[in-house]
Amino acid sequence: MPIRPTGEFSAASMADIAFLLLIFFLVATTMDIDTGLSRKLPPMPEPGAEQDNKQIKERNVFVVLINANDQLMVNGKQMDVYNLRDEAKEFIVNPANKENLPEKEPREIDYFGTVMAPKGIISLMNDRGTSYGIYIKVQNELIAAYNEVRDEVAMSEFSRHYEDLPKDKQDAVKKYYPQIISEAEPKNIGGK
Amino acid sequence: MAKFERKGKGGLPQVSTASLPDIVFMLLFFFMVSTVMRENTLMVDQQLPGATEVKKMERKSLVSTISIGSPIPGLKAMYGSEPRIQLNDAFAKVVDIRDYITAEREKMDENERPLMTVSLKVDEKTKMGIIIDVKQELRKASALKINYSTRKVEAIE
Repeated sequence: MPIRPTGEFSAASMADIAFLLLIFFLVATTMDIDTGLSRKLPPMPEPGAEQDNKQIKERNVFVVLINANDQLMVNGKQMDVYNLRDEAKEFIVNPANKENLPEKEPREIDYFGTVMAPKGIISLMNDRGTSYGIYIKVQNELIAAYNEVRDEVAMSEFSRHYEDLPKDKQDAVKKYYPQIISEAEPKNIGGK
Repeated sequence: MAKFERKGKGGLPQVSTASLPDIVFMLLFFFMVSTVMRENTLMVDQQLPGATEVKKMERKSLVSTISIGSPIPGLKAMYGSEPRIQLNDAFAKVVDIRDYITAEREKMDENERPLMTVSLKVDEKTKMGIIIDVKQELRKASALKINYSTRKVEAIE
């Protein structure tokens, strides 16, 4: 039997062991970090609670309907999902103070003082037969519209991107353009 | 002119494999650090929709997942191809969601419970009907923070 000099051992199997571990980790783990669109659901109305039947003026609501064939109707006219973002942005900001876009009310906001902030609401309604893909696209475009509008305000007011602002300034911008996307209780329009 | 001579006889000298373990260990550590353990096997086909405004989900421990989609090919014979809901490792019905949410909530620290997020991993081609039902059930269970799981894309297709 050969006698090895003391203090040395064969490292040849080390690579095999490490490979084994490596393969185990490759198989047993995933790399993807969850990404997604965060939303908040409205709480369930209390049983017996008064329905809030406050009428909202038509000009203050941006109605988005999606039917079972994944077609969009925005404020009564058919629209492509790719045009939705610009349309929604115009609705949120109402830059030209148009008659048919949301009215503005004076609002006291930190850093801005008293500003005329529009009070538009986006209402989203879909069918049970609508596909999830188009639903997410519409949600994405609406969120994108809000994000772009907020970013523009942040740029003009603080000359920084919205995402780089400290929390309190972000909150001020949020108060200027609050993200209100209301989803109607589901209905069956146009069958399955 | 210099004269080139082959040293030794026959074939190339062996490549030293002494550094091989180091290289492999490096890879190993990379994977150990950058990945997370797979939690449960998916039993539904999933092609997540793409979106541009995505946010990363932090704190895995606060997230409970509900997967929806049609069963994977191997399970089609048994469960059909209608979209189904998967909770943990099994298919479930819409009414089971409330129990699932309660169980998930029990697992969390008391002060973290309000931060609980439900991640909806839904296949693109699923119809909204089942999702509406799930959302209504989540509202009843007062799990109101939800997250539609999406891929990050540069522009919607």
